[in-house]
Amino acid sequence: MWDYTSKVKDLFLHPKNVGEVENPDAVGEVGSIICGDALKLTMKIDRETNRILDAKFQTFGCASAIASSSALTELIKGKTLDEALALSNQNIADYLGGLPDEKMHCSVMGREALEAAIADYRGEALPAETTEKVLCKCFEVTEEKIRKVATENHLTTVEQVTHFTKAGGGCGTCIPDIERLLKEIWSVKPVADRRAAPKKLTNLQKIALIQDILEKEIRPRLQADGGDLELIDVDGSRVIIALRAMCVACPMGGVTVKGIEEKLRELVSEDITVEAQ
Amino acid sequence: MKPVYLDNNATSRVAPEVLSEMMPYLAELYGNPSSMHTFGGQVHHTIERARARVAALVGAEPDEIIFMSCGTESDNTALMSAVESYPQKRHVITTRVEHPAVLNLCKHLGRKGHRVTFLPVDSGGRLDTETFTKALDDDVSIVSVMYANNETGVVFPVEQIGQTLRERRILFHIDAVQAAGKIPIDVKRLPVDLLTISGHKLHAPKGVAALYVRRGTRFHPHIIGGHQERGRRAGTENVASIIGFGKACELALEGLGRKDGRIGTLRDKLETSLLRLCPDARVNGDSEHRLPNTTNISFEYVEGEAILLRMDEYEICASSGSACTSGSLEPSHVLRAMGVPFSAIHGSVRFSLSRYTEEAEIDRVIEVLPPIIGELRQLSPYGKEQLARFVCPPG
Repeated sequence: MWDYTSKVKDLFLHPKNVGEVENPDAVGEVGSIICGDALKLTMKIDRETNRILDAKFQTFGCASAIASSSALTELIKGKTLDEALALSNQNIADYLGGLPDEKMHCSVMGREALEAAIADYRGEALPAETTEKVLCKCFEVTEEKIRKVATENHLTTVEQVTHFTKAGGGCGTCIPDIERLLKEIWSVKPVADRRAAPKKLTNLQKIALIQDILEKEIRPRLQADGGDLELIDVDGSRVIIALRAMCVACPMGGVTVKGIEEKLRELVSEDITVEAQ
Repeated sequence: MKPVYLDNNATSRVAPEVLSEMMPYLAELYGNPSSMHTFGGQVHHTIERARARVAALVGAEPDEIIFMSCGTESDNTALMSAVESYPQKRHVITTRVEHPAVLNLCKHLGRKGHRVTFLPVDSGGRLDTETFTKALDDDVSIVSVMYANNETGVVFPVEQIGQTLRERRILFHIDAVQAAGKIPIDVKRLPVDLLTISGHKLHAPKGVAALYVRRGTRFHPHIIGGHQERGRRAGTENVASIIGFGKACELALEGLGRKDGRIGTLRDKLETSLLRLCPDARVNGDSEHRLPNTTNISFEYVEGEAILLRMDEYEICASSGSACTSGSLEPSHVLRAMGVPFSAIHGSVRFSLSRYTEEAEIDRVIEVLPPIIGELRQLSPYGKEQLARFVCPPG
């Protein structure tokens, strides 16, 4: 059964901005008929202001691919190129009132078409595909694309990566590579960045950082074992959390809380204490 | 208006006669057939009548029929029984186009150390009998081949395969889930040891199936427990559904006896009309050796899920082999095995009829679908010229 929002259904049945603009200033083509979806975006751009005057699409794909294309063109019309580039695939999904998890790659395809079209307009060559490392051979997904989409969308599991990029959804040979890549993205890099970050944090920055670490590093690990947690409050250096799911009944709960405290002390501030509600 | 239901290979409506025979066993006649008292014991007799009716549909003896919970259980039981019965034999042969109930079990056996041969098919979905014969060796515990394919309706030469296997004394299982009730099956003439049929594909309810086991075939139960089904399948019987299954088989046999070719005529009308009205469309699968109720048509340049969802607006029910409808990201393994170009797989739609299909339903599809294809093609960046650029990789 289709788990589509009424917005997706509406834009699928009554798509907007179908076709090709005449004498386009920018053309972006992504996807392929082999993979099952493809999108061609054409735009008319005001060369003075770099504003998108018109945008049209042609899409081969399922309902959510067609609806995502409509959403993309609606979102970018009237925007400057820089404003358009600030849109994320999540903005496309949000415009549609959300997409089923396994269809998120449709929103990613929209965002990619936009990038390709703008690169075409600016005369930038897209990195030649052959120079990039293709991680998923079934759907020709490069390591760089997975890294980018995973970082932008906070993807922490292979399943999520498959939903957003299709990588790993074919023969499955690349799944260990995706796992390795995710590990690299979410354990090494953020830690290194944060260590270099200035020690003096405002209260807001501190809360944001704590939230970020819990979301990206702690929760995925707990979730992998069927557990979870929720951030309840941050009061000065006191972090109050609530253990959820399997963690509630887990006899190791105390150890988990201690581990979270150590991690936050290491990455945020020495004086942090963590209490479970 | 009631929906136009052309997805009978997925499941079929419960025949009204079936439902009415079942009702008492869901209400006042709730006894356990294993009980000693008359109240329960009388249910046992009704189950035996159902067994005789199911047996009659495939030309078997009643004691050769074991009731199961679904086609998958029946397929699994057949293969696991063979593997357990001949532990020294480590080679299993099947085809690349089987239902997941067989295909994924064979992959599982492969991981457990069995050698598994997945036989290829040609572009018409036909089995290459030469490759099949070459694959045979003394190590084969069982060969499992479907009678007719669920996606294309293509019928395999099971008699010829069975003949070869009988000469070589190799166990033969047929997954006849799609064929049973649609074309005549007679295990008296067909050299087969194990055969699966399922209730809900032939107007019985979901949750009941049968495994035919030829007398004298070595058998190991898959579900172990009580003495039901003479110790061959433990577990309290799904009484009402078994009784419904019996009635459905009786009705199916009557239907086959009519030989009126009505379903095939309607299918052909649908197929030829759609091919005439939609340019760049093709039928997938050998149309000569095919179930009369199935057609699988590819519409180039458009994607199957989009077609289905547009048809859904008109309450037309069909299915597709496109990636977006397969539950994974990969399109139909059957069409890929046949080497159908990817562009055509993604735009494939399967229509499957039943004896309840009315001509008005067929006419409705013929009226509604061609404009849908036209509209979706307007949306598509592909046409004949663009497609020529793609060199599709082999199967």
